Amino acid sequence: MSELTSLTLAEARDQLRAKKISAKELANAHLAEMEKARALNAYVLETPDHARKMAAASDAKLAKGEGGPLEGIPLGIKDLFATEGVRTTACSKILENFIPQYESTVTSQLWRDGAVMLGKLNNDEFAMGSSNETSALGPVLSPWRRKGDNKPLVPGGSSGGSASAVAAHLCLGATGTDTGGSIRQPAAFTGIAGIKPTYGRCSRWGIVAFASSLDQAGPFARTVRDCAILLRSMAGPDPKDSTCSDKPVPDYEKSIGKSVKGMKIGIPKEYRVDGMAAEINAQWETGRVWLKEAGAEIVDISLPHTKYALPAYYIIAPAEASSNLARYDGVRYGLRVPGKDIIDMYEQTRAAGFGNEVRRRIMIGTYVLSAGYYDAYYLRAQKVRTLIKRDFDNAWKQGIDAVLTPATPSGAFGIGEKGSGDPVEMYLNDIFTVTVNMAGLPGISVPAGRDHNGLPLGLQLIGKPFGEEELFALGHVVEQAAGPRMIPENWWSK
Amino acid sequence: MSVDAATVRRIAHLARIAVADNEIEHLRGEINNILGFVEQLNEVNVDGVEPTASVEDMKLKMREDVVSDGNYAKRVLANAPASDDGFFQVPKVVE
Repeated sequence: MSELTSLTLAEARDQLRAKKISAKELANAHLAEMEKARALNAYVLETPDHARKMAAASDAKLAKGEGGPLEGIPLGIKDLFATEGVRTTACSKILENFIPQYESTVTSQLWRDGAVMLGKLNNDEFAMGSSNETSALGPVLSPWRRKGDNKPLVPGGSSGGSASAVAAHLCLGATGTDTGGSIRQPAAFTGIAGIKPTYGRCSRWGIVAFASSLDQAGPFARTVRDCAILLRSMAGPDPKDSTCSDKPVPDYEKSIGKSVKGMKIGIPKEYRVDGMAAEINAQWETGRVWLKEAGAEIVDISLPHTKYALPAYYIIAPAEASSNLARYDGVRYGLRVPGKDIIDMYEQTRAAGFGNEVRRRIMIGTYVLSAGYYDAYYLRAQKVRTLIKRDFDNAWKQGIDAVLTPATPSGAFGIGEKGSGDPVEMYLNDIFTVTVNMAGLPGISVPAGRDHNGLPLGLQLIGKPFGEEELFALGHVVEQAAGPRMIPENWWSK
Repeated sequence: MSVDAATVRRIAHLARIAVADNEIEHLRGEINNILGFVEQLNEVNVDGVEPTASVEDMKLKMREDVVSDGNYAKRVLANAPASDDGFFQVPKVVE
């Protein structure tokens, strides 16, 4: 990790503006680190030519004093975002040669504001997974290892490449998407910050769809401030996504350092789940103390339907996925495997193109939407979803400003350790994050401490709809209280 | 509720995914694990509860009913596995 790649995004921005460093040298420093860090498999495509061209353009703008808010900042992009003329696979075999003819709204806004693309980042196939092990382009390794143990660990998922790359200093920030915890869980596992904004805050246009009523884009970065800077550029109205909010985007960075005095923080008793590790509970308690010391009021609350969020999610998300992924038919784009007739062509194409987890979810989704089962499964799950959302609405009515919970039920686990026998074992990773997607709320994961193996642990703060500013203020308090940033020891550089 | 082998085959066909005979039993086990897990939703009283249609407190946006995009057939076809003369090509569907 070089000096330039160790900067925070805010530091790099300020040095670029002051002309102490150039966008070109910043991009080159990152490209060099990426080359050395291929063992992590964080990037599925490096775009050095693209990066150098963008950096040169940024330097020209900076020289004239015309730089945008992200001018010259090198970023990694999750391979779920369509990038014009640059291969976008969703890390699925079915899209292995897909070259988008258009740019996603979120990435186009990043480029509008001057950011530089370093490459495309690995993820679970179609964002379906919690460990980045379902990627057709191979698993991602976390830059973290357990104390005294060389066993490779997962970075979490589905945005595992984004988390690993940010934590290993292979970019200053990255985009992610979060359908059930895919930003917050990997951020927690790798000791970085990540926020899933309110549903509708960022446009979904040009992002490969998984479960449309739950999917949201958001940033990863090494600090809460850096996430605030990135979200401002990523968010905002878009006529191409009818669910995207027209609300103006605040300058989120202004929330950093704001007092949290008098804010009411809810502690939901239902997040104290059976069999939860003592260290997770202890970390949570520490977070409560930090916020109290900063002047917030800690209030015990109840979110009674919490335990039903995960089972309801595993009906709703697969149902929406089965419908969204019907488009991969071997006709318009992607893989085609010939068959004896058109139906056989569809079936052979989809059998060859989808991995096991994706196939399983499409089949579950197809089943719960099929005639005779729709009411028992899908409709009931959507009613339970209403109750989950109502729990949060009641908390806000009581005057609660944000909710504090653990981000994950444990620290990172090893590659191949979970879910091989029973997929539900892997699903349980998202137990603390999935409620937030079900209710459409914003949630931030902030690095807070370490587990008994020396691995990072995160705390999650859940906000009211469009309460991102409060989350950045509170997240910054947690981050400051937690002490110096956790940086993994570099074992991967060649 | 749990599914049998015939149902797994039926789901696979509905989902247009070819599944080999030797995969059916394994898939059946996994699907039944997941269905077993979601069974706990039956404990919840949902009488009189409206299903969630949207988590957002906003009206679906409307726009003028005019052509706002298009006229680039080449770009639409750029990623097609097979195309000819401005059309997608598929195996023969009508005898």
